[in-house]
Amino acid sequence: MPTHETSSVSTPNTPDPSDLESAMVSRRDFLRSAGALTAVAGIQTLLPAWVQASGDAHAGGLTGLQPTRRDGNRVEYDITIDRTPFEVAGKRATAITMNGTVPGPLIRLQEGEEVVLRYHNKLDEETSIHWHGLLLPNQFDGVPKVNYPAVAPGETFEAGPFEVRQYGTYWYHSHSGLQEQLGHYGPLVIDPAGEEPQPYDREHVVVLSDWTFEDPYQVLANLKKGEHYYNFQQQTVGEFWSDVSEDGFWDTLKNRLSWDRMRMSATDLSAVRAPTYSYLMNGQAPGANWTGLFNPGERVRLRVINASAASIFDVRVPGLEMDVVQVSGQNVEPVTTDEFRIGTAERYDVIVGPTDDRAYTVFAESLDRSSYARGTLAPREGMEGPVPDQRERPTLTMAAMGMSGMGDGEMGDGDMEDMQHGDMGGMDHSNMDMDHGDMSEGMSGDMGESDGLRPPGTLPEPVMHDPDEGHGPAEAGLPMMTKSRLHEPGIGLGNDGWRVLTYDQLKASDEKDAFRAPDREIELHLTGNMERFMWGINGVEFSDADPIRVGHDERVRLTMVNDTMMNHPMHLHGQFMELENGHGKRAPLIDTITVKPAERVSLLIDGHEKGPWFFHCHILYHMDAGMARVFYVEPAPDSEEEFYYDLPA
Amino acid sequence: MMRILQYAIGLFMATTFLVGLPAQPAQAQTMDDKPRAFLLFHKLEYVPEPAERPVEMEATSWIGGDVNRLWLRGEGETSTVHREGEIEAEALYGRLISPFFDAVAGVRVDRRWGEDPATRGHLAVGLQGLAPYNFEVEPTLYVSDEGNVSAGFAASYHVLFTQRLKLESELETTAALQEVPEWGVGNGVNDLGLGFRLRYEFHRKFAPYVGYDHSWAFGETADFAGGDTSSGAFVFGVRIWR
Repeated sequence: MPTHETSSVSTPNTPDPSDLESAMVSRRDFLRSAGALTAVAGIQTLLPAWVQASGDAHAGGLTGLQPTRRDGNRVEYDITIDRTPFEVAGKRATAITMNGTVPGPLIRLQEGEEVVLRYHNKLDEETSIHWHGLLLPNQFDGVPKVNYPAVAPGETFEAGPFEVRQYGTYWYHSHSGLQEQLGHYGPLVIDPAGEEPQPYDREHVVVLSDWTFEDPYQVLANLKKGEHYYNFQQQTVGEFWSDVSEDGFWDTLKNRLSWDRMRMSATDLSAVRAPTYSYLMNGQAPGANWTGLFNPGERVRLRVINASAASIFDVRVPGLEMDVVQVSGQNVEPVTTDEFRIGTAERYDVIVGPTDDRAYTVFAESLDRSSYARGTLAPREGMEGPVPDQRERPTLTMAAMGMSGMGDGEMGDGDMEDMQHGDMGGMDHSNMDMDHGDMSEGMSGDMGESDGLRPPGTLPEPVMHDPDEGHGPAEAGLPMMTKSRLHEPGIGLGNDGWRVLTYDQLKASDEKDAFRAPDREIELHLTGNMERFMWGINGVEFSDADPIRVGHDERVRLTMVNDTMMNHPMHLHGQFMELENGHGKRAPLIDTITVKPAERVSLLIDGHEKGPWFFHCHILYHMDAGMARVFYVEPAPDSEEEFYYDLPA
Repeated sequence: MMRILQYAIGLFMATTFLVGLPAQPAQAQTMDDKPRAFLLFHKLEYVPEPAERPVEMEATSWIGGDVNRLWLRGEGETSTVHREGEIEAEALYGRLISPFFDAVAGVRVDRRWGEDPATRGHLAVGLQGLAPYNFEVEPTLYVSDEGNVSAGFAASYHVLFTQRLKLESELETTAALQEVPEWGVGNGVNDLGLGFRLRYEFHRKFAPYVGYDHSWAFGETADFAGGDTSSGAFVFGVRIWR
């Protein structure tokens, strides 16, 4: 039940130094008093109430934003978007806030209710709110120039009324400019109309994000102009010699020369990273130590949301195993694991069962290992668990170039010549018929192939790239071969001696009634040229591209091929996609998928949600550099319905 | 001295003016078609010995999008005591023709002032980009307003000692088909220069350096220069961009 949340409940975010050593007490005390002083001066940073709530499920769970109006089954919420002072690790800035906080208020809806989400723009620029993962009428989806003209300064927009057709963990954020980087995001949770299939005693929302004190427009300009601008993890002469002592001189030299020859960087892991970024958990820097309470013996549900602008996190709670029960807000058969990677905009709901009366660290390391977000699960306030050491920054292997025949872990023994397309004939092709063994589950005879497409729910076959078929100057470093990588944990994971979640482990909890073969396949290549920070699809940037069109009720297979060396969390608005991960009718439903370098992944989409929907890489700077499309689902042929977006003639 | 500063400031203002302030929020769904401006003073340095023209500058600028750009390249040197100096400035249209290379075409103006002032123009066509093994290369072919044909080639390579301490090595050479005595150009290979600059990036956009340049002049070019065939000098400067 949504109960009250007001800003008066909010408390000053007392800044802690990021040092966790207890020897720092005096400095900490100083900062505490400094925090108190700023509070007196009226420049405190507010926290949303849900960040500090107990989350006791028997008392209704985390309290959401108080509705402005409730009338039977209809409920209305109001959100005010403004600029507000914000503090990260003791340093002041100004954030774009919703109802005064970063993250914004928890919006808690109920499946089946009719909702109006009203937002007021108090900024001096246009803004918008996109409801990530929600099924709603197209005009409320919140993408300027696609769904509506945006919300002008001083204006109000009403998303709704619409019926809530789903439940689970979602979020909302700006789709205007780079406002998301400045704090314009918040959590959205929908309770089921019926029983919760995975009962829990307590819940916490864990919003991961990234913060920079730089102007995000300057960040984008720097990325455009200076390659590796934010990469302070490049390979140096020193690392060369330390690798020599491990791998030998010739192998190290060959490795370096092979990357140099391709003009690629093995440390091209993220566009922006620490120290420019501070990673936040529920709006708090690691030193501020967000704490979620529990009583030993309780089942605690963590609703983990990656609300960052451009970061991918690896999340674990050392000392506790996690049951993954929901992904993208959709139920999956619980998978027990120790760590999971969460791409930008993804959500993973996990249940942990702490039995000891002690503190546990929630550790979210950035993929590039430049830094981390951190919080604590504890039976009482003020406790701290041990904070793990950061792992070493991984380097890309030749697998990122689609050269898996050479072994994903070690590149050292690879002959440089093998990397030329022309020499492919000499490669061992025996690895190409892998992974077929576990594909048949859930497939029955009635799913015949249509038009030569492979049966639904199965994994794509590996495909060699035709060396003559590039994407022009917009694509550098075309992989030789792309294949399904849903069973791989991803770069830098899987070698720590604990379990890591992979996409192929996810099975929807409910079997679909119908699981029709796709009518058509759409193949999209994710392309990029890091040298110029050009990002696109099929070598074309958004502003030069035509929309992707899907017929009314047409069932399409969307095959995405990542021809770049970076991970791209791809998000389709307004509908779920069935991930073809080998589980047939149990294909999990997702709205965002992190596509690995040199990966080929396919998803099934039914053209039921009509209208123009935005489809893009959720790394904000990749999206803004052009890795985006309009995904246009035709309305019924006799429909009179009109949409804001004009299809090009 | 003043002229070099004038050219430098002019370039800076031109790029700023043409594109406007970079931090203007765009509200379109993406910003992939937004033109941008870049200006790099690759060298802005003081060369104590020999002391004739101790201030040297080399700059690159572009204005435009990902594929089509206007490139401005310039280099010059000037005396601090006499009104004497020389500058070469190029304005080129560039188009990204492969992931790592732009094809460029345009004009180059050479100008020198002091005792024997002169100006000449060229048409220029060339390539610039990143060759395999991460060598930045810049071959260009020139035809002067008097029909003289020449070519220039520059290549550079970076070594990272740390994330901020970098060594840039470069090689430059020019060749000509005809001799042009008034500009000190002989035919054949004119000269070869090697330079090493060790910089420390206090900020990505601000890196002081120390370096050493050595150049050799060949054949008639050496004769025009008074028989000097080889000279070396330490340099002190700063690399800045925006």
